[in-house]
Amino acid sequence: MSFMQFIFDNPWIGVLLFIILSPFVGGIIFGLDRIITARMQGRVGPPVLQPIYDILKLFEKEKMVVHESQNFWIFGYLVFIIITGALFFAGSDILLVIFALTLAHVFLILGAFSSGSPYAHIGAERELIQLMAVEPMIIIAAVGFYEVTKSFNTSDIITFADPLILTLPGIFIGCIYILTVKLRKSPFDISTSHHAHQELVKGLNTEFAGSTLAMVELAHLYETVFLLGFLFLFFGMAAPIVGIIVIAIIYLIEIFVDNATARVKWGFMFKSCWVITAVVGVLNLMALYII
Amino acid sequence: MESIIFLILFPLFAGLLMLVLPNNGLRDTIVKAAAVVTCLGSIYLLFEYFGRGQVFFSIESALIDPIIVAAELAIGLFIIGISVKHKKYLITVLAALQLLIMGYTEIVFQPTHMSGYDLFIDEFSLIMALIIGIIGSLICVYATGYMRDYQSHHKDTPDNRPLFFFLMFLFLSAMFGIVFSNNIMWLFLFWEITTLCSFLLIAYARDEVSWKNGFWALLLNTVGGVAFAGAIFFVNAYSTGNDIYLNELLKASPGVALVAAAFIGFAGLTKSAQLPFSSWLVGAMVAPTPVSALLHSSTMVKAGVYVIVRFAPVFEGNLVGITFAVIGALTFLVASGIAISQSNAKKVLAYSTIANLGLVVACAGIGTEEAVWAAILLIIFHAVAKSLLFLSVGSVEHKKHSRDIEDMGGLIATMPKIALMMLIGMAGMFLAPFGMLISKWASIHAFVNAMPPFGMLLIAIIAYGSGMTVFFWTKWMGRLIEVKSESNPLKEEASGAEMSAIYSLGGLTVFACLLFPLISSTMIEPYINTVYNTASHLLSLNNMLIMLMMIVLVILLPLSLSHFAKGRTLKPQYMGGRATGDDLRFLGSMGIMKETEFSNYYFDDIFGEEKLNKIGNWMTILLLVVLFILISLFLPLEVVM
Repeated sequence: MSFMQFIFDNPWIGVLLFIILSPFVGGIIFGLDRIITARMQGRVGPPVLQPIYDILKLFEKEKMVVHESQNFWIFGYLVFIIITGALFFAGSDILLVIFALTLAHVFLILGAFSSGSPYAHIGAERELIQLMAVEPMIIIAAVGFYEVTKSFNTSDIITFADPLILTLPGIFIGCIYILTVKLRKSPFDISTSHHAHQELVKGLNTEFAGSTLAMVELAHLYETVFLLGFLFLFFGMAAPIVGIIVIAIIYLIEIFVDNATARVKWGFMFKSCWVITAVVGVLNLMALYII
Repeated sequence: MESIIFLILFPLFAGLLMLVLPNNGLRDTIVKAAAVVTCLGSIYLLFEYFGRGQVFFSIESALIDPIIVAAELAIGLFIIGISVKHKKYLITVLAALQLLIMGYTEIVFQPTHMSGYDLFIDEFSLIMALIIGIIGSLICVYATGYMRDYQSHHKDTPDNRPLFFFLMFLFLSAMFGIVFSNNIMWLFLFWEITTLCSFLLIAYARDEVSWKNGFWALLLNTVGGVAFAGAIFFVNAYSTGNDIYLNELLKASPGVALVAAAFIGFAGLTKSAQLPFSSWLVGAMVAPTPVSALLHSSTMVKAGVYVIVRFAPVFEGNLVGITFAVIGALTFLVASGIAISQSNAKKVLAYSTIANLGLVVACAGIGTEEAVWAAILLIIFHAVAKSLLFLSVGSVEHKKHSRDIEDMGGLIATMPKIALMMLIGMAGMFLAPFGMLISKWASIHAFVNAMPPFGMLLIAIIAYGSGMTVFFWTKWMGRLIEVKSESNPLKEEASGAEMSAIYSLGGLTVFACLLFPLISSTMIEPYINTVYNTASHLLSLNNMLIMLMMIVLVILLPLSLSHFAKGRTLKPQYMGGRATGDDLRFLGSMGIMKETEFSNYYFDDIFGEEKLNKIGNWMTILLLVVLFILISLFLPLEVVM
């Protein structure tokens, strides 16, 4: 644990590790995701590093855009996703982390809007619905962390003596529910999808090509690492190994659900996220007083 | 003291001058000059009273008391007169009731003969004065250009510009009066002047809708006026000595202070358009845009939240405060939801104002140090960003002849300057790291420590509301930047006066975001430390640095545009392989060229205005009824809680 202690004492190391390692960690997670998905569908699947090769290849492509300004928004998206994760791994105030995440997604949505394309337009509107759907749960999770640990700082939350999942089981379930939305997995991949069967062409990403699309994909890798880190807070340094195992299992379930379910309408996605947030999230918060 | 009296009286006299000047360029120049003087006056005040804490003044003049009584009487009679003339008898009854209460109080208790500190200034007043002085004046400057256009667009509207500018300046004068009054009798007089001014300004067009909405605003504000008069009566009847002075009242025993705070807070709810009174502010958008901007940003609604925040320490940790907090939070939730379903730009702005003020009221109702800190920051950021947005929308309306958000598609290409200012204003309203979000962050910090389990209830409400806020602002921003095909920008987006006001407010929005740590440490924290007798720093250095870093980054990001402009291949949008023409026209299946039109989502079935307003109104009415039944049960007793 002395190595962990060293990292906690020097938040910049966490930030650097996040910025440098995330593309690889995220890339490998996505590679495994693609292999497991392929096996579920009776295919062999790509090499494990394929997502990283894809991104590298995209950077080499011709730089096609509708308007030059759309790159600015996407660059902003990438920058603020990195800042979100950096703040998170530096142990900062988790509310700031969440607000930075929202800002990043607003950049992405504005990038899609700015292309002025009908497909991207609908994708952007839907992404916005997704953003609205998940926002309450994330804020409630942050407040749940505070109520147990009495601190908003990620560094205090992760080093809390007891695993938070014991006191915040409802909030944990709520977070897993919205994780499907955040990972763009079926049945909630309504704004854009990793699969080819997307009715909106490529939705949000329709007008992004070459290095623009590469930035979107790269940001998605960073975001995935951040999201899994966020889930890890429910276990923290009190039960790190259990945490990693549980998160791995959850990710496997996400892949299974992704392959086994059909995309739902946005209305169901939106309403169910809010209802779940109210039922398991808010009740969990209220229950903290009664215990 | 002279500078304070100057700020109260100068706009009044400037306004009176406007009444006699004819409609011409000279008058517009004088309006601008008077606005500049008012603005400089408030800045001078900053230098004069910066860091001096609370300063009290007493006015020794036998003339003042009769003038105040006479002015109150005149306002009451005017309201009665005009309401009888237009057959709005409910207003007549309320205004008469208010006059009776005030008259009775005046005759029986003779409070005006008390001597004490009638005026005062502290950091909070100073902040309010700066908001009124700077933003209010900029709106007046804007109005010179806007009203010229307005009159040429609305030929059937009688040209009452002398009255218009008189009322605008009178409004500013009354607002200065409100924030500097220590004597609540004085405060009430200025309060009533703002009610009257807003009524006359909303009804400016003198057509059926304007009168109707004007009277509706007047009605709801007279309800508040009666509550305020009730508070004054109560303070005079149930307490001895100097409790009609704000500084004494805040220190009075809970029985007196809390009941007075409940009544004055009720009046504050009407004025700041909280549920169930919010409808008047939505109706007020029939007025010319500068009026909306003034009502929404620096005056009127800010007077409402000002008194509620003043009484915040009284609200701390009791059920009266919690009731106000829940009403504020519900207002935030309901108004944010309704804003999603509206496509009328001014209506979206109106509901967003109501929502943000709801957040302020929620913070004030909690009444802890952190909450008050958040409330004051919210007031500042909301004032600058919202006035910027209103003025921008007003100028867009004159060029596009529509205030519908759907008609603002691709505005960044046709009116780039104003569109950019609108983007800044909207970012200021909801995005990290801009102002409003700092305040939202602070209010969540404040609510987690509020009285359980109400704190959690408030958090849940804020969590949902903030999702809605992101939705309706982002889809509007998206509309502005959604360019179908390149087009040439307009040569002149708005008149010089309008652009100068818009640019200044845009600059102020960014400036306020950059300077907020300074505003916090030199003004808000000293105020809170005086009121709560503490010496805490509410914003940790680390978080402040992170926020500043993010702001600087957002400001620097557009530099990347120059990089992204190089070496790109421009291609038209993907249209499913159809043959396309200009502006996304495409060849339909019958060989006819079709238009492509974009539209935002509004979810009228989920966030419908009527439905949500109904729910919100009934819930808040119920809360208020319960609150006042409880208060009336305990009224003669010493302790309410």
